[in-house]
Order: sequence, then C-alpha cells, then structure tokens
Amino acid sequence: MPSIKTLAQREEAGVRFTSGHTLCAGCAEPLVVRAVLNAIEGPVVAASPTGCLEVATSRFPGTAWNVPWVHVAFENAAAVISGVEAAYKALTKTGAVKRRIRFVVFGGDGGTYDIGLQALSGALERGHDFLYVCLNNEAYMNTGVQRSSATPRCASATTSPVGEEIPGKPQDRKDLTEIVVAHHVPYAGQAAVSNLVDLANKVERAMKYEGPKFLNVLTTCPLGWRTPRDSAITQAKLAVETRYWPLYEVIEGVYKINYKPKENVPVEEWLKTQGRFRHLFRNPNGKELIAEFQASVDQHWNELLRKEKCLSGAESQG
Amino acid sequence: MRKVMTGHKAVAEAMRQIEPDVVAVYPITPQSEIAEYYAQYVHDGIVHSELVPVESEHSAMSACVGAAAAGARVMTATSSQGLALMVEVLYIAAGMRLPIVMALANRSLSAPINIHCDHADAYLARDAGAFQIFCESAQEAYDYTLIAQRIAEHEKVRIPGIVNLDGFTLTHTSQVVEPLEDERAKKFVGPFKALFPLLDVDHPVSWGTFAMPDYYFELKRAQAAAIEEVAGVFLEVQRAYASLTGRRYAGFIEPYRLDDAERAVVVLGSTAGTAKVAVDQLREKGEKVGVLKVWLYRPFPYAEVARALGHVKQVAVLDRAFSFGAMGALYNDVAAALVPSERRPVLSNYIYGLGGRDVTVEQILQAFAEVKTARPTTGLRYLGLRE
Amino acid sequence: MADELKGWKDLPLGGVVPGGAARELNKTGSWRAERPIWNEEKCIQCFQCWLHCPDDSIVLTAGKMTGIDYDHCKGCGLCAAICPKDALEMVPEREGTCAK
Repeated sequence: MPSIKTLAQREEAGVRFTSGHTLCAGCAEPLVVRAVLNAIEGPVVAASPTGCLEVATSRFPGTAWNVPWVHVAFENAAAVISGVEAAYKALTKTGAVKRRIRFVVFGGDGGTYDIGLQALSGALERGHDFLYVCLNNEAYMNTGVQRSSATPRCASATTSPVGEEIPGKPQDRKDLTEIVVAHHVPYAGQAAVSNLVDLANKVERAMKYEGPKFLNVLTTCPLGWRTPRDSAITQAKLAVETRYWPLYEVIEGVYKINYKPKENVPVEEWLKTQGRFRHLFRNPNGKELIAEFQASVDQHWNELLRKEKCLSGAESQG
Repeated sequence: MRKVMTGHKAVAEAMRQIEPDVVAVYPITPQSEIAEYYAQYVHDGIVHSELVPVESEHSAMSACVGAAAAGARVMTATSSQGLALMVEVLYIAAGMRLPIVMALANRSLSAPINIHCDHADAYLARDAGAFQIFCESAQEAYDYTLIAQRIAEHEKVRIPGIVNLDGFTLTHTSQVVEPLEDERAKKFVGPFKALFPLLDVDHPVSWGTFAMPDYYFELKRAQAAAIEEVAGVFLEVQRAYASLTGRRYAGFIEPYRLDDAERAVVVLGSTAGTAKVAVDQLREKGEKVGVLKVWLYRPFPYAEVARALGHVKQVAVLDRAFSFGAMGALYNDVAAALVPSERRPVLSNYIYGLGGRDVTVEQILQAFAEVKTARPTTGLRYLGLRE
Repeated sequence: MADELKGWKDLPLGGVVPGGAARELNKTGSWRAERPIWNEEKCIQCFQCWLHCPDDSIVLTAGKMTGIDYDHCKGCGLCAAICPKDALEMVPEREGTCAK
C-alpha cells in the first residue's frame, strides 16, 4: 500500500502534474490528480474531457501535465481513451510499443454523469483496460455552477436556483457508482479528497486488474459550494462523516464499505457549512427539506449496508 | 486481377490492404457492410488491426482521434446521421491535425428519415477541415481510398480525409473492380509515421490544448495551410498511382468531352456516369456538350474549374442537396471559381436526386435543353421533382 | 508580452505542447493574497502539506520538506489548515516575509 512517503518519493523522482495550472486557489482537483498519478507505478497516459481541469491545465502553449495527456471534447473522454488503449494493443502486437502502459481518465461530474455517460458505458462494456476517475464536485463548475445529475437535492446552482416556488434542485443525485457496478467491471469505488491515502490505495488495488476500473471521488469546489478557500478537505471529510459520501469499493462484485463513521453525525452539520444550502436554514420549510435530505442519505447508506452484507466475499464463497 | 464486387467490398479491400492499427466504427445504412467486412477480417485474424465496435459514431471518431494521437494508423467509415453525430469530433480531428481517413457512404439527412443517396452529409462536413474526394465508381472508391490514406499521412498535410461514394448506387451495386495485389498496395501507401505519439511515454506531450484569443487564430491559420497543401500532394500521389496502375487519373477534375463544349454540367460522384451517357447521346446529334466531374471537392480546385469552364457558354451546376436559404453548395463553389475569370459562362443551379430519387439520363438531357436559353439568375431549378 | 507571441508558421502541429510547460510559463504566485510561512522547528515532516497542496508548491528535497515555492503558491491556505503542528501560518501578503 503506498504510504504518503512513498507517494512523495515518486513525485520527487518525477513530477507527473506540475504547478503553473490556473485552477482556483484551494481547488481540490489537483490533489486527486496527483494522488492518482503517483499511485500508479510505471508509464501512464491520461485523458480528460472538457472542464475546469482541462481548461486550467492546458492553456496553449503551456500544460501542467507531465505525462502524455489528451483532451478532445466534453462527452467523449471514455471513447478517446478507448482509442488510445486500442492503439496500444495494436502497436504492442506489431512490436512498435514494448512497455506496459496504463491509462487513466480524469473527468468532472458533468463530463461523466451527464454528457459523457454514453461513452463511459460503451467503454466499460467493451472492456478496455483503463481507470476512469470522476472528479465529482457536484455541478458544472467550469461554466458557472449549473446543476448536473451529480448535484445533491436542494443545492442552489445557477440552473437550479433558490426561487419563490422551488428551493434549489428538486431531484436527488444520480447514483453513478452503482450504474458503473451494473456493468460488472472488475473494480468500482468511491473515494473523497479528504482521504487521499485511501484514494491512492484504491488506485493501487484497482490497477491490479485488467479491464475497466472506476473511481468516483468527491472533490470539493469551494467556489461552487460557497465555502472558504481553505475548506476543501474539511468539507469532504464532513461529507464522509455524515455518510453523505460513503467510502466503499466493489471488487469483482464484492462490496466493502471502507469506513463506517462511529458517530451518527446528522447531514445538517455538513449542509449548514455551505452557501449552496444556506437557504435551507432560512426557508420556513427548511426543517422538512433537511429531514428529507437526511432520509435520502439514510436510505442510500442502508442500501449500501445491505449490499455489503448480501454481496460480501464470505457470502459469495459460502 | 479483375473482380466483381460492391463498393463496400472495394473500400473494405483497400482498408484491408492499408491495414490500419485501429478501426473504430458504428453501423449505419448504407455504410454497415464496410464495418461488417472489416470485423470479419479482424475476427479471421488476417489483419493486426484492433476493432473498436463503439456505441455511436461520436465515439467512433473520438476513438479514432485518441488512437491517432496515440500514434496509430486509423480509419473509420460512416454515413448520413452518423456523420452528423461525429461532425463535432471531425472538426477536432482536423484541428488536432490527425490523418484519419473515412469512407462516407453518401445518404440524405433527416427529417424525414430516409436511407438513400444524396450529398447532404458530405456538404455538412465541408467546412470541417477534412479533405474530400468524390468517387464515380467502385473502382474509384477503391483507388481513392488508397490515395487518400497517403495524402492524409503526408507530412505536409496530416488532416482527416473523406472518400465519398454514393449510398446504394455505389455501395450496394456490383461492379468490375481491379484491385492491386496486396504487396503493391501496401508499398504504395507506405509505412505510417506517427508524430508526437502519446505512447512515447518518455517524451510526454499534451494533445488538444486550449487556446485563448492570443493563439486561436494563428493555430487555425496553420490548419488552413495544411488543407491548402492537399492540392499539391493530391497531384503527386495521384500521379504515382496512375503510373503504378495505368489508370487515367490526372488532376482534381475530370473533364468529359469538354474541350469544345458550349454547354456543360458540373457534377459530383456517380451522377457523372449518367451525365456522360447523356452527353454521348447529344454529341451523336451534333450538340456540343460536356461534363465536368469534380474529384477533389475540398480543398476546392477553383483555378482548374475556372480554366475548364472558361470557354463554355452555358453551365448547369447539379447539387444533390439543398443548402437551405442559399444556392447549392457546389454552385457557390463554381461561381466563386469563375469570379476572377474574364470569360464567364451563364450559370444555372439544379437541385436533383434527393433522398435516392432516381437520377436519369432524361434529367440530364432536360438540364442541357433548358440551359440553352438560360439567363443569369439566382433562382434554383429542379430535376426529377413533381410540382 | 505581445512581441513574444509566435506567428502562425512557427506553431507546433495541432497545438501539441511538451509536458509540464506550464510551470515556467505561469507564475501563479502573483495571485496570492496571503502567504504561508513555514516554521521548520515545529515541522514534523509528515508531508500532509505536500499531499494537500493543489499547486505542487511544497518543496521536497531528498525526502524532506524544505520550503515553499512562492513562484506558484496561490496562498489558498490548505497547507496551514491541514498541518497538525501549526508549522504553517498564513499571513497577509504585504506583511509577509519569506521564511528562508
């Protein structure tokens, strides 16, 4: 398992993602990118769909990527990496490429949950050997905090604003991780930017498998969540502690929840720290909305507990 | 050796000989058989290509872009709505300067949905930055697939190329085709040289960077220079192919009985064959008529078209698609070609053959008859349309 | 700046750029409103600041945290927020001094 010192040694030996990018001060995305790239041993080629990460890291004539990297459009990163991986297979056959190369996509929730979902599903079904990392900051941050299907209920986004009639986003977020699990890929999991060593360990475990691998990483956006500039880690940590964002993995169909909070911290504790939910604490129906939010979190968590119980390694062997 | 084969098979045979590293393709009528033939080659193990059976044409071109940036020789094929779906990424492939060659089985665009031939799909892609060649026969579809691959991969060019063949008319009909022996075809196309491949992990590069107003214009101007280079490279490669095969390919356009013609039609694709029959009939009656077939549609050969038509009195430009709210696309190109000329024929513009409407010798004869007395106008005329 | 921009004939094919080129081009340290000051004596070399720096601005030398890259540090304060020993302190940029 890569320790923080191991990761640091690898970065000192060869930095894979450099400074000089123009992501916001306090953006959590580079933390995930560096942890993932440093957790992969040997050569790696990366791809990104359009989004904050892509725009802010690749302004011509510069780039923060110090591994081979490609961007094509918003909805097709999984198809692009399919092509890269197919090229690798073909050129390995001809002998033109001789080294083992790994492939990874870093996409936002817009490019993964929404516009890129079809391409992702196709690539998962075809079984390409790659890791897809969703940097999930729960809205279209690059275009100005519009709602996505990853945006939680009640969150105020610019296309799900708080209005006189409708208090933020009416719908629950999509459970993309489970959609990926339904493709029967060898590895799928959730991580958070607050638990970077856990993330690195997950990457290492995932990369042992040939075929498609997926990690959904809660990646705080202080701008879009309307929280202080230095709050990315504490925000993600609270999301994990309140069970809003379970850390879990599904390896060859076996569920494992990596962290079960000992305290029962209500999700309200997380909601009240963010500007996007501020209205819930002013709205006369706020208590009810928060209770519904809590019920949704509980339902998801309990579902996960049941899945872990039913689809545990022991069960499958028994 | 001469063989009887469909246009599909002719294209698939050329692809087999080119043997791209990656073929990413999605089924659509009337292209699907190209994908099917190639899948069979892959599954029979007679090519080393990786087949990426994508879930959409958008992903087909996206996988092609990824594979080409990775350093692979790449091909695809599509038609109609498939091209419409992939056109976003086709623009990107051109901007990223990736030599992806594709067959386009020309078909109408919806609505109403229709699976038959016209040129709306080719016109849709005309500003994408890919070079485009139109074929008259299955033989040409075979030949120009090999030629297009060599043009696209030329170091001065490095852009995508589209080989147009009329849906059903060419794709599904059996014709006599004389393919090259495998070794000669492979030698003609030559090995692929990747530039800045992603898979060269010791020299990391970023592909698909983001340009602000400080660089976007210059990067696009450089891209425009690449398609301008196609003209010279086209002639060079076409000449090499003609000397290898003895085929009479010389230039961007093919004039037919045009030298002393007083009236002419300008056409793309398989309509040229029909137009030639009409011309032969009229010539027998002593009428001075001819055909100008355009092989290289993008970059458009303005000077050559102007030279070929300068002496003609009346010209009918035949467009097999609407450019709604404007004159036909080919007409506009021909008109632009003639603007700098001192001698300009009277131009007429016909829309014909939409959605697989039969293109007949009678229609061409009608055009030749009507343009005798045509005056300069900006109105559209129609062939084979019920009032 | 304008006279450093290249003309269209001098640009790389397809806008391809060499890896890591942004580091020299973009000195994002100019964004900073607050700067982290590192207290070496309090530092236990746990590397939490390194792990949580979005701008790769915690300088490691031979396996040790040795300082801050003020050319690129945007002053977000994540390092100071995560530091378990208060060995990093954010101070307003104008009053700040380099720790070295």
